[in-house]
Amino acid sequence: MAEAIENAIAVNLDGLQYIWPEIIVTFAIIGIVTVDLVLTGKKKAVLTGLSLLVLVVCLFSIAGLYDEAPRSLFMGMIALDGFALFFKLLIVVTTIVVTLFGLQSRDIDADRIGEFYALFLSVALGGFLMAGATNLLMMYLALELVSLPSYVLAGYQKQVRRSNEAALKYVVYGGVSSGIMLYGFSLIYGLTGTLDIYGIAARLGTTAPYELTLFLGATLAMAGFGYKVASVPFHFWCPDVYEGAPTPVTAFFSVAPKAVGFAMLARFFYVGLSAYDGASGTGAALGVAWPQLLALISAFTMTLGNLTAIWQRNLKRLLAYSSIAHAGYMMMGVVMLSSAGLKAVMFYAGAYLFMNLGAFLVVLLLAEKTGSEDIDDYRGLGWRSPWIALTMSAFLFSLTGLPPTAGFVGKVYLFAAVVDGGLYWLAVVGALNSAVSLYYYARVVRAMYLEKPLSDTPVVISPFATGTLAVLFVGTLLFGVYWAPLADLAETSTAIFLNGSDAVQAMVR
Amino acid sequence: MAQWILTLLTFVPVLGAVVILLLPGKSVDAIRRVALAATGLCLLMAVWLYQDFDRSVPDMQYEVRLNWIESFNIQYYMGIDGLSVSMVLLTALLGFLCVPASWNIQRGVKGYFALFLLLETGMQGVFVSLDFFLFYVFWEVMLLPMYFLIGIWGGPRKEYAAIKFFLYTLAGSVLLLLVMLAFYFNVTDPDTGKHTFNMLVMMDQANHSEWLRAGMIFGYSAPVMIWFAMFIGFAIKVPLFPFHTWLPDAHVEAPTAISVILAGVLLKMGTYGILRFNYPMLPDVTRDFSYFLAVIGVINIIYGALVALAQSDLKKLVAYSSISHMGFVMLGMSSFTPHGINGAVFQMFNHGTITAMLFLLVGVIYDRAHHRYIVYPNDYEDPDLRGKLGFGGLWSHMPVYGSLTMVAYFAALGLPGLSGFISEALCFLGAFQVHRTMTILGTLGVLLGAAYMLWAFQRLFMGPFNERWKDLPEINGREIFSLAPLAVIVIVLGIYPAPVLDLLAQSLGELVKDLNGPVMSVLQQ
Repeated sequence: MAEAIENAIAVNLDGLQYIWPEIIVTFAIIGIVTVDLVLTGKKKAVLTGLSLLVLVVCLFSIAGLYDEAPRSLFMGMIALDGFALFFKLLIVVTTIVVTLFGLQSRDIDADRIGEFYALFLSVALGGFLMAGATNLLMMYLALELVSLPSYVLAGYQKQVRRSNEAALKYVVYGGVSSGIMLYGFSLIYGLTGTLDIYGIAARLGTTAPYELTLFLGATLAMAGFGYKVASVPFHFWCPDVYEGAPTPVTAFFSVAPKAVGFAMLARFFYVGLSAYDGASGTGAALGVAWPQLLALISAFTMTLGNLTAIWQRNLKRLLAYSSIAHAGYMMMGVVMLSSAGLKAVMFYAGAYLFMNLGAFLVVLLLAEKTGSEDIDDYRGLGWRSPWIALTMSAFLFSLTGLPPTAGFVGKVYLFAAVVDGGLYWLAVVGALNSAVSLYYYARVVRAMYLEKPLSDTPVVISPFATGTLAVLFVGTLLFGVYWAPLADLAETSTAIFLNGSDAVQAMVR
Repeated sequence: MAQWILTLLTFVPVLGAVVILLLPGKSVDAIRRVALAATGLCLLMAVWLYQDFDRSVPDMQYEVRLNWIESFNIQYYMGIDGLSVSMVLLTALLGFLCVPASWNIQRGVKGYFALFLLLETGMQGVFVSLDFFLFYVFWEVMLLPMYFLIGIWGGPRKEYAAIKFFLYTLAGSVLLLLVMLAFYFNVTDPDTGKHTFNMLVMMDQANHSEWLRAGMIFGYSAPVMIWFAMFIGFAIKVPLFPFHTWLPDAHVEAPTAISVILAGVLLKMGTYGILRFNYPMLPDVTRDFSYFLAVIGVINIIYGALVALAQSDLKKLVAYSSISHMGFVMLGMSSFTPHGINGAVFQMFNHGTITAMLFLLVGVIYDRAHHRYIVYPNDYEDPDLRGKLGFGGLWSHMPVYGSLTMVAYFAALGLPGLSGFISEALCFLGAFQVHRTMTILGTLGVLLGAAYMLWAFQRLFMGPFNERWKDLPEINGREIFSLAPLAVIVIVLGIYPAPVLDLLAQSLGELVKDLNGPVMSVLQQ
């Protein structure tokens, strides 16, 4: 007994060396809160510098972990594998960009910027754990660690009514969704007797479960994932929260939690509810036909997102519905239960980071000048500020999926995975949805170029903002012309760690 | 050097666009000159290609092949055969002539020419690509400048026309994207054993997977479904009935030069696509649908002509005449006979030059009179003018303009001695051997074509001169510069068509080699 405990302690201590990013971020949160309290006066520069420094260090430590062999950590709680690391990279890059956004936005109070950074880093920490979680309990905790600071971030502008509304809606929907998810988890636990997703797969592989109960469990668990990625029918919070939250926060919500939501969703279904073979990159669903379920959710999500986006006049709401539609596209990759599908999801998430953050940055910069997010206020922007309008057009056309942009390549990978898997109806639905989406993205472009300007004064933005915009713009175009680096990174990151049961057995012994 | 000619031809315009973007917006003349130089250089290269091209072999020439994205086996692969050369030459010619035709663009000159050059890159790229992925990228890249060119510099309903064009063509393109991927996963390059986007490999049936030969999608034959998805993608571009409704809007609202490019080059991409993809990649299905193609062609001919007959707006008339004339192309193509197929491609080339003239001529009168009604419509704002002739007796007032118009109209209606006659005759000659009834119905289109063209000519140029237009100046030198080369080509090819037909013969023979055998044998029974 004592030996087992000692062994467990040793295993857990050994695991610490593989979670440097998490450790760094944890200390950074504490550090930022402390510095924020201690320092008076010009804290903004110090705190911004500190959090950027931490994030860059994080980036390198994640990159360094790519060399480590995939393994299970902390007795099967989280996995260290390329799949998790890829999404951790995405979170860090998103957080860096959004930190830069925060400097531009007047929604973010300079006095409370420490709070802002600390909360962001907490979400990032939760995201790291979500990307790697291999135990239902860990998944739940990681999800909550992302959600709770998110609620606060959504309501960051205490004095603004719609920000408060956003926070409240977010809390209520979040609470309900995670409650439903927990119920689903409990059903799965009841059926299989384990919370470990490797254990669940092993159990489902040997004994046939009650199909209806398992179906119910998987569907209810989907509520939590669906809420994070904003897929139908758990998307209702999305437009209101996106509209009400400060723009940098919205930009962050639309990329990072969504991406890790997909990571957790994919790991849950690929590892827990499938017999997935990493070497051949194919698999079969166990016990419940979840690919069909997700295919339906995917089709409904993108169709609803696109059709509703057509009617929006507020650009932030429009981008909210567009982000719902994009959740539907990415879901196509998960449905395929193949490494090609995973690769497509990852590539798309990477491309989406650039184009969506870029679009939100333009919204933010314009709202700073005009105080409005209405599409009508974009009229004639192409004549007032040609470069801003040019970058915005590139982001929007990338979201539509037109070459030569990263969004196009992402769609090609997604459709390639679907066509290769033979799910033609879903490919056709996805393709037609892309065509429909052009209509509302082009409405913004139309306002910018085809309609008369409201005024002739150019929108002046800081050099700092110009730089951020330029990086996102170049990224969007570069990965549309030569995307081999991102595709190769996604390819090497498709390796989900699959031998969890063996690893845990070995640890306990 | 020779292997880089296609790359240069494709990317010189975009380099010109970059130069234009670097120039200050106020130096309008410099911008125009750069555009003229870039398109002129393109034309020179196209002419060089035309004379240097080896007509005696059907092979692809001037090939350049580099790896682009290795993990997906996407290549930068370009090459041309006779079909491509004819289209490249047409594109370069119209691209060059459209620059002076755009001289009167006042607003946003910099943006206009930058987008125009980007458009030319897209068009040339489509005609020289031999990698499906590369082709698709160019195919799509073209949409963006077109959207802006119609949407910003177009007529009163420009926003509507621009987005309609964009949505229609994108809907077709996404189907094409799925087809491209379906081909990729079902074609194996025998040399490397990997999946490939190489179009030449796709054309060899031996490389197709079992699924691509006899598989099923949604309970229907996979090759047939793929053929149709591809066909719809291209048919929207041609445009074939019932996918044609974007055309009248786009053509009418676009500025003159852009209408010329739309009708002259973009429509050809549809038929080019069908010839380059549907025909050689899925020949068995194509053979089965020969009659279907003929029927669609005849519907286009008759429908386009009838609607053209009813138009009171001259530009709309020209737009609908394009629908009718592209029907001849389809009818000729549907026969798979040497006559029919050569006639079809020759008609593509001729329609490019003739319809370019027609649109330029409409532009000339519109720039002067600021309207282009043959007859004022019944809902015209000024009630006194409703139902009255828009012009009349113009020939006496503008003799040069009238004579050029006459050449163009006669070429469009297929008068012997002008190029349109030869290509239409070849289309009918080819089609008659295979689809008799359809060809006989199709010839009605010639009659209707003569009717709407001559009727329009009569109402515009003959009869008593309408004194309202006595201040209209005669066509000027810049406009003649755009029109005269086209008129010369129309006349020369009408007398001596060999320069183009020689170019096509070998390549088209290769393209339909899997097709014409069985059809002929049906005839002999």
